Amino acid sequence: MAKFTKKKDGDLPAVSTASLPDIVFMLLFFFMTVTTMKDSSLLVENTLPNASEIKKLEKKDRVIYIYVGKPTQEYQKVFGTEPRIQLNDKFARVDEVGTYILAERAKKPQELQNVLTTALKVDKNANMGLIADIKQELRKVNALKVNYTTYEGNAFNNLQ
Amino acid sequence: MDRDRKIPEVNAGSMADIAFLLLIFFLVATSIETDVGLDRKLPPNDTSPPIPIAERNIFRVALNKNNELFVEDGIMQLKDLQAAAIAFLDNGAGTIGSKEYCDYCQGERNAESSENPDKAIISFNSDREASYGMYVSVQNELTSAYNTLRNREAVRLFNQDYVSMEKAYYAPETAVEAKISLKKNIEQIRQMFPMKLIEAETHKKG
Repeated sequence: MAKFTKKKDGDLPAVSTASLPDIVFMLLFFFMTVTTMKDSSLLVENTLPNASEIKKLEKKDRVIYIYVGKPTQEYQKVFGTEPRIQLNDKFARVDEVGTYILAERAKKPQELQNVLTTALKVDKNANMGLIADIKQELRKVNALKVNYTTYEGNAFNNLQ
Repeated sequence: MDRDRKIPEVNAGSMADIAFLLLIFFLVATSIETDVGLDRKLPPNDTSPPIPIAERNIFRVALNKNNELFVEDGIMQLKDLQAAAIAFLDNGAGTIGSKEYCDYCQGERNAESSENPDKAIISFNSDREASYGMYVSVQNELTSAYNTLRNREAVRLFNQDYVSMEKAYYAPETAVEAKISLKKNIEQIRQMFPMKLIEAETHKKG
């Protein structure tokens, strides 16, 4: 027994933390590569649908974003639970989409103004009526290139 | 002068703290965002009168408010849509010798269905109450029908996938000369199976 009791006397050896910076740096680089900078905080629920026949949206500076979805929990008291449009950092009505597109287009450099794409980030539970109205507004201001932003995945998962 | 003295080592104990700080900054300031999706072009807002099209050249797809899929007035499961669309586009009923004849079509050449891929139009109509998720699924299936046919022809003519040709064309690292020849090939395939996907005005409820 003495054999065992003897060991207890000594202090616990400290765990070496020399590799901690390496681990943290690894995590840091992972997040730096897979994430992008946030440009607006979301006020709406935004679970995008899945699709497999997708194309990548090239060149971020040529894209205008429109978010659609049910307001998140904290805004539901004020704005209800019907799907709403979010432009920049605030809720908007359908008839404001046209002016928003024109304003965003005016901000871009001249040579890009004709090649802009509108990315529709729409929650998969939103109904098509609102989307159809948005598309009508886009047609009015001649913003004809749209991208239905999705996740890469199996399209059959959209139906639940 | 004693030169044997070693340079004292810099204390790296705070390195982890610095890295943690950076890590937390990136966790807060960024988000994992997707930048992929389905590209579509909306029709321009003009008021020119509609062109009459033979009914056999139109493939009608509709979604009702309960997210049920109707194809040519019959109910259909989403998984069967791609095959049905391919059969319609690839039908090629134009008779041999006429200018409607499609020499690369491998379909049934059914006289009730489309004459050639250039004339074949898919009309997709969705109810205002239909969900966006279902809408994207249908769009995805129709796109995959076009892509399947385009892939088939691209492999036959250029020994290369249409989708990978397009990907190479849009990739920034592709050389300019390669892009020119790719563009020519892509245009040719697109002409063989032009994407004529029309979304009629969705019906108002009631």
